[in-house]
Amino acid sequence: MAGAFYLTAGGSTVRADHTDPAAAPPATEATPTAAPAAAPAPTDKAAATATSPPAAADAAAPAATPPPAPPDSVGYPPGANAGTVTDLAWPVPADASSVNPDGKNKVTTDELIQNVAHNKISINLVWTLITGFLVMFMQAGFALVETGLTRAKNAAHVMATNFMIYGLGMLGFWICGFAFMFGNYANGPVPIGWQPSLGQGLMLLNQGWTVTIAGHPFGLLGLKGFFLNPSVFDTAVFCLFLFQMVFMDTTATIPTGGMAERWNFKHFVVYGFWIGMLPYAIYGNWVWGGGWLAQLGQNFALGHGAVDFAGSGVVHLCGGVICLAGAWAIGPRLGKYDKNGKPRAMPGHDVPMVMLGTFILAFGWFGFNPGSTLAGTDGRIAIVAVNTMLAGAAASVGTLITMYRVNGKPDPTMLCNGLLAGLVAITAPCAFVNPLGAVIIGFIAGVIVVFSVFFWEKRGIDDCVGAISVHGVNGLWGVLSVGIFANGSYGAGWGGVHKLFKDGAWTIINNDSAPATLKQFAELTGTGPTGGWTDVGVTGILGQLFGAPAGDATQLVAQVINALVCIVFVFAFSMLFFKISNIFVPIRSKREDEIEGLDVPEMGVEAYPDFPTTDKTSPAVH
Amino acid sequence: MKKIEATIKPFKLEEVKNALIELGIEGMTVTEVKGFGRQKGQTEIYRGSEYTVDFLPKVKIEVVVADGLLDVAVEAVVKAAKTGKIGDGKVFVSAVEATIRIRTGETGEQAV
Repeated sequence: MAGAFYLTAGGSTVRADHTDPAAAPPATEATPTAAPAAAPAPTDKAAATATSPPAAADAAAPAATPPPAPPDSVGYPPGANAGTVTDLAWPVPADASSVNPDGKNKVTTDELIQNVAHNKISINLVWTLITGFLVMFMQAGFALVETGLTRAKNAAHVMATNFMIYGLGMLGFWICGFAFMFGNYANGPVPIGWQPSLGQGLMLLNQGWTVTIAGHPFGLLGLKGFFLNPSVFDTAVFCLFLFQMVFMDTTATIPTGGMAERWNFKHFVVYGFWIGMLPYAIYGNWVWGGGWLAQLGQNFALGHGAVDFAGSGVVHLCGGVICLAGAWAIGPRLGKYDKNGKPRAMPGHDVPMVMLGTFILAFGWFGFNPGSTLAGTDGRIAIVAVNTMLAGAAASVGTLITMYRVNGKPDPTMLCNGLLAGLVAITAPCAFVNPLGAVIIGFIAGVIVVFSVFFWEKRGIDDCVGAISVHGVNGLWGVLSVGIFANGSYGAGWGGVHKLFKDGAWTIINNDSAPATLKQFAELTGTGPTGGWTDVGVTGILGQLFGAPAGDATQLVAQVINALVCIVFVFAFSMLFFKISNIFVPIRSKREDEIEGLDVPEMGVEAYPDFPTTDKTSPAVH
Repeated sequence: MKKIEATIKPFKLEEVKNALIELGIEGMTVTEVKGFGRQKGQTEIYRGSEYTVDFLPKVKIEVVVADGLLDVAVEAVVKAAKTGKIGDGKVFVSAVEATIRIRTGETGEQAV
């Protein structure tokens, strides 16, 4: 309820607001006791018939002298006190039977609590939605980077793959991807006292496929929320869907770069549905949907289980591995390697486009990482955001130095890869490391990406845009870096594991929600004689160097398992998909189309019809 | 009448044009061209792989001048276009048999 509202009484409109003293200029703030009572009393029937709001206020609080009501036109520019008890009141007459049974004009404690709780959920919803919108815009960044790094004769084709993956992937995710990934979200391992940040509606996501091996539960798949059907018709679930959908689309659009300039568009369409429905969702379920990798901590005392804050593994390593399988399956572009297998450069056609796209991606990353709290009320978002930008910056500098030393010239397209590599690497650890850790992680990513690009190029994997190196290799680095640099200052109870530390000793409490466990936890972390234990967050093997009370090698083990599972499962599944689908729809464009450029043969339009797109620098096809 | 064809570095175009205008040259034709000379293009490294740009971008100027103006014009072009480094370009001079101004039908040196 912002601003004034109007009650109609006896044919005249009475303005029943703006009498709130707290909303008046600061001079009147010195009368706090008058504030609640003198609030406009829209619940008072008198207000509806009164000719002026102050009269209504008098009736509600005869003892208090209301400050002079400011004229309607006076606002409250400082804004610091915006929001008062008035904003919680109902514009309903006090004798209405269903309103405020014990207070009529007052806000009851229960209502206050409800309002506070509602605000918390609302802030979290708004935050998650807005950061989700930022991540959606990363599609534009990917489109520009990938198109700029490819040749002009394929520009409409590359742009179109980046464009249609949005719709194809989204429908796939809506059909079953979301259900597979998050259908069992409510049963995942969580810290003691955890509540779903987007509202209790998330607890609707409570069905999945779990097998028990050696007495340990292994969550394998979520099974609720197909087509966002009525069983999950809830704001919290929809908010989660939006946020996770744009994450899936990020994964989905990684291979469109690595496989560009030779990918049959019709096969790409099949791929678009496949990735929205299956590989990302299945692996994602294991880490983010409460599945078995997230349960590694509780099941096998491996740190807090697989920890991946915003998706170095779930999004980027996964996408990079699919890209590797795809680039492998589809083969290099015609002319990419000479008769001796020596790689030949095929420069992209628009470097400014690449750099603009990179900036858009870096901007979107402020949604990607801080948004992954799923909570604007989690103040950690500030640290996440700063770590994210620091790592990106350090990576671009790392690439700059490396390129100067290796090549003599920095090559702007490599600088772009460098910045993105740092952002990818910090995505998993962004919440768990300090700024120094973020800079180190980013700088190393910037060095790795250069050698990785050269490595794949020499190995015959033709990755037009460096997607395997940026997302795959540095996604792997990001996953591992959690287990190295995390400093224990965040993520207490992550994965349902509370690691309590005191005087050089650890006590581990798994949250099984049993009253005895909760009691033990309360005693150990309390101030009593057995208390004084610190609930330590996610900690890496070098955590102590960065502020943790002690290092934790088990977390690194969980991260290694997570990375290996991703690489093996996603690669095998992707290869299977590319090989089998190739039987029905050829993965590779026709040879003559590829030589001419895919724009006209496959898309029907040229990207730049007014300009001659002679293939200036590409070597002749042998 | 003689035609001067000068293939020069693109960033030298402005200087060459000004030098010719100072001599009273009344028109010229400029074309963006690509080509190579004795260096056979140049080699760069892009994302780890070497590549050769066989045809480097140049600008070709065509000016037709009266015989009496030829020597100073060529001298002006060479002086203005020179950097002393590889790839400065070349000047070709050839005879022009006839010139016709389309609008008026004038011919010969009057039409230049």
